[in-house]
Amino acid sequence: MAAAVLFFCTRPTFPVKPPGTTPSPWLNRFAVFTALATLTLLGMGGLVTSHGVGMAVPDWPNTYGYNMFLFPVSQWVGGIFYEHSHRLIGAFVGLLTAILAAWLWMRETRGRSRWLGLGAVILVVVLLGIRKMPVYYTLAAAGVLVMGFGLYRYGREARQLRWLGVVALAAVVVQGVLGGLRVVWFKNEIGIFHATLAQLFFVLICAIALLTSRWWRVQTSSQGSQTSAGRGWLNPTAGSRLRWLAVGTTLLILLQLMLGATMRHQHAGLAIPDFPLAYGKLWPAMDAESVMRYNQQRLEVTALNPITSFQIGLQMTHRIVAVAILFCVAWVAWLTRRNAGNALGVMGGSLRRLAQVWLALMLVQAGLGAWTIWSNKAADVATAHVLVGALSLVTGALWCIIAFRRLPGTTDAAAALSGQVRQTLAGDFARSNGGFHGNPATVTNH
Amino acid sequence: MKTTTHLALLAALAAGLQTATAGDITGTITLKGTPPPEKPITQLKDDVNCGKMHTEPVFTRFYVVGKAGELADVFVTLKGISGKSTGPSAPPLVIDQKGCEYVPYVAACQTGQKIVVKNSDPFLHNVHPTPVNTAGGNKESNMAQMAGGADLTFVFPAAENFLRFKCDVHPWMFSYVNVVDHPYFDVTGKDGKFTIKNVPPGKYTLVAMHRRAAPAPAGFEKEIEVTADGAKVDLVLDVK
Repeated sequence: MAAAVLFFCTRPTFPVKPPGTTPSPWLNRFAVFTALATLTLLGMGGLVTSHGVGMAVPDWPNTYGYNMFLFPVSQWVGGIFYEHSHRLIGAFVGLLTAILAAWLWMRETRGRSRWLGLGAVILVVVLLGIRKMPVYYTLAAAGVLVMGFGLYRYGREARQLRWLGVVALAAVVVQGVLGGLRVVWFKNEIGIFHATLAQLFFVLICAIALLTSRWWRVQTSSQGSQTSAGRGWLNPTAGSRLRWLAVGTTLLILLQLMLGATMRHQHAGLAIPDFPLAYGKLWPAMDAESVMRYNQQRLEVTALNPITSFQIGLQMTHRIVAVAILFCVAWVAWLTRRNAGNALGVMGGSLRRLAQVWLALMLVQAGLGAWTIWSNKAADVATAHVLVGALSLVTGALWCIIAFRRLPGTTDAAAALSGQVRQTLAGDFARSNGGFHGNPATVTNH
Repeated sequence: MKTTTHLALLAALAAGLQTATAGDITGTITLKGTPPPEKPITQLKDDVNCGKMHTEPVFTRFYVVGKAGELADVFVTLKGISGKSTGPSAPPLVIDQKGCEYVPYVAACQTGQKIVVKNSDPFLHNVHPTPVNTAGGNKESNMAQMAGGADLTFVFPAAENFLRFKCDVHPWMFSYVNVVDHPYFDVTGKDGKFTIKNVPPGKYTLVAMHRRAAPAPAGFEKEIEVTADGAKVDLVLDVK
């Protein structure tokens, strides 16, 4: 998964304009709507684990023997409300993703493959409606292969978003089946994987929303690039470091979210009940006798697994990684401001603002993490912590996509424009210095 | 046929003789120290169905302690005793769901013994035992139990301490069953007292386990000797 994110963030080329198509604001609005629905789904998933009700509906794909779409509203009580709502919203997001994938495919293909693709999407939706376990197993296995194939094809045809749509559809199918298997197989480990894939899926949908946006089209069009060409990064070496710092930070956030998912799916509540200290110390004692003493004093109402030294270590790691992430994001924000300087173009300005938003999100996230502990893991606070974590990951990923698209030598468009960049910069320097006639390439390498 | 009858009579005589010479282990378990105060279960009160079942606040049941420190819900058993489970022929252990709480909170039964779970509430629960000893053959399951629905029966073939039953619809509902592969055990009541009946004379290790004060698997151990008159053992558990 980390490799997939790294691959996605560091794609050397991003689509400038889908071939043979015209821009569609409605497609972009639909992608944004799908992203919002996915965020809602993440929130409901967070509520499910925060309330400890992941198994409140014992069967799947049925709900208490009913077709889940026909389960009586009067029975949505207690934990059933959260788990059943999570399933329904999941089905809704699946449908939206299928439409999005079909839409992207139809826009970017012609002839027989166009209708074959549409038929395949419809077939997947129909097969999901059969609601038989062998069908789900088959679809999930095929989904994993299709995700790999879709990423491969996108790597070869980066101008075509349809392959991202295919990956999204395959991912949502795999994700749905994983959620169901977690219930019927009683495996917490599947829940951890389910939570991680959910975050990556959200990143993917947000990336599609970005890449189909008018803003992106303007920035990557020749006109937009020319407008901002001379206002790009002044120092490619520092810019390159910055990009990789952002990629590393984004991957660190993904790791942090996986740690968080592991903690949530241990169903042990708070392994450390105080903050900023841990059991009154900078580093808590984790020997058997101390852990027994901690357990003697714990009175968790819902999460009643006793804690272990492993879980205490996990939460300490989560805290340390949180500090590292906060530092890295602050560094990215500072470097973005410093390297882009006062000569920011439209996209550079966006990167700077996005980095500031990213930093703000991290500060909020740190506050929510502390509040989660101080509130004894109140469900709404813990869920907000999950949601802001997801938004932090997405912000980092989008920052990377924009930054990699923009830097010289990283994209077709940028490569094509590199001459113009050098000329414009040379012109700027010449004007500011009252005359400059050196090699423009030397200027860009300062 | 005649030989078989004689052997059966002999076996019955031996069993009767053993029972006649066996003694009961009795005692009281108390808690030393001050446990943390129990928490009110606000989720229960806020639940649209469960809230109506109680007029008084409902609290967690980690430390059920009497005025003189008598500690309830302590599982007491003997370690290393030779004795086969009579679970299949024993009467079932009954656990009820009443007012969105499991009753009893801590219980014990033998391997192979039936555990019957009832639903006395006018709404549904899900019954979800979560055994840890799956390698021994104990299986996790999750079953719906509607209001007025049939009782659910569970049987566990392997020994396990504090096997948890939970309701995920009402995630504060827990019950713990100790599954033992012999008939020598008891769980203390509110008076802190326990009785392990018909223990053959000999030296044993008495083990007391409480979910917080003396957690499994080690618990609190004490060497004892049982005579034909039985044995009396009082234990004190600490909370730090």
